[in-house]
Amino acid sequence: MRRLWAVCRKELLCTFASPVFYIVAAVNLILFGVFFYVIVSASREAHLRYVFHNISVVLLFTSPMLTMRLFAEERKLGTFELLMTSPLTLLELVLGKLLGAALTFAILLALTVDFPILLLSFGRPDWGPLLTGYLGLFLMGLAFLAAGMFASSLTDNQVVAVVIGFGIALLLFIISWFSPQVGGPVGDFLEGMSISGRFENFARGVLDTGDVIFCLSLTGIFTFLTVRSLDWRRW
Amino acid sequence: MGPGMIEVEGLRKQFGTTVALNDVSFRVDRGEVVGLLGPNGAGKTTMMRVLTGYLPPTAGTVRVGGHDVREEPIEVRRLIGYLPETVPVYAELTVREYLQFAADLREVPKAEVADRMARAMGQTGTAEVAHRVIGHLSKGYRQRVGLAQALLHDPALLILDEPTVGLDPSQVVEIRTLVRELATHRTVILSSHILSEVSQICTRVIVIHRGRIVGHDTVADLEKRLKGAERVFVQVRAPGVEALEAIRALPGVTAVTPAEAQEGTAAFQIECELGRDVREDVSRLALDRHWPILDLRSVAMSLEEMFLKLTGAGGGS
Repeated sequence: MRRLWAVCRKELLCTFASPVFYIVAAVNLILFGVFFYVIVSASREAHLRYVFHNISVVLLFTSPMLTMRLFAEERKLGTFELLMTSPLTLLELVLGKLLGAALTFAILLALTVDFPILLLSFGRPDWGPLLTGYLGLFLMGLAFLAAGMFASSLTDNQVVAVVIGFGIALLLFIISWFSPQVGGPVGDFLEGMSISGRFENFARGVLDTGDVIFCLSLTGIFTFLTVRSLDWRRW
Repeated sequence: MGPGMIEVEGLRKQFGTTVALNDVSFRVDRGEVVGLLGPNGAGKTTMMRVLTGYLPPTAGTVRVGGHDVREEPIEVRRLIGYLPETVPVYAELTVREYLQFAADLREVPKAEVADRMARAMGQTGTAEVAHRVIGHLSKGYRQRVGLAQALLHDPALLILDEPTVGLDPSQVVEIRTLVRELATHRTVILSSHILSEVSQICTRVIVIHRGRIVGHDTVADLEKRLKGAERVFVQVRAPGVEALEAIRALPGVTAVTPAEAQEGTAAFQIECELGRDVREDVSRLALDRHWPILDLRSVAMSLEEMFLKLTGAGGGS
């Protein structure tokens, strides 16, 4: 446990010492602010449902940028050798890194706290959908982060990691588009695998355990795949 | 005789079809300071990576402190302190943050962390840069920070891959002194492609060439075998042909090759029999003939040439 925390703390120290996070955060917050202003001023409704939708699309790009360095950079710098010759299990390493990325992402989301505050000062928003919306963004982002971490474990090139991470996230996002073509039980399955469909529920204010478990399962699967890929690449 | 610190038997390491290490067997006892000597590309780094468990062996067994690197990798890692060839530091962290991270990974007891960090920084001379960001440090300091990381948990076995490469001469001396100090109560294995470095620090040398062990020797024996494996370079103000013939006639000289020289001077590479230093004879000759000596020095043989000598493969190929 101590080693897991050590990895997580190191990730946070490195993240906040490098300009990448600040640039990603600044660009994201500007975009989110534009969504908020345009949507809320046009609809004159005190909710964030459509703002959340737009943010969810931006997260397809943002998540792999937050995870691209996780393993690719360690490989490139040679620090991976330090990690792999320490009494640290792969699972501790991978979970420590995911936790670091998740906390970074949580901080990014927390910086949009002005949206609900603004709604609250000018209207009477319903708290439920606001909270489930944020929860949905976090859980969907978590799954994307795990996918991005997996992508980073495959390469020592951060650009390649972003491209693969984005590809996986987008595929998860649009997988239901295939379901009308395929039809039948497979079509239903693809519909169920769609993370954007799950997110829609959160954004509407519906909190379904199935959706929570779905996001956490995806996170678990990509965490497992990361461990496997790191293990496999040593041989 | 108990189990050795390192026991390697029939080790083979392949990358695809490339054989990096072949049929390597050796043993290192507790308290020994062993040098792994070989030219670049000989397999030194691969050897160390296998010892630390970073790379699994293709065949053969490798035991460190009685633990098989494949079956009990975590146990092996607890025993070792490792400085890889590329110093594994994070440019964004301060020295203190980095060492704290290493201490956590190595599970240094929390109550001892501050002490151990202070000691490691003291030993490696990094205390004065403790609060600086590693990315802003010179190469020499980074190397020392890497070494501090390897020492932090007071490991029983210290594995250092080319610890002095890229340092300036005074730093090299410091690191050598430090390694010798460290070696007093632990096992050290270090790699180098510089013979003199290994002979100054180590008690025993394993010579490795093209993935095979070609020599197992104490430092004294190795030096005896390689003695005279040096050439002499001389530059004198003298007529070229006359000087060439006179030097060639000196006892013990086996070959003289003219080298490029300025007008009016003559320069030669002189090779001599094993165990003979012709520098005295050359200077006496020059004195007798009234040739001013502009330069006279021994030239280290390249390691590659030395290995040819060691493996006896010199003549034909």
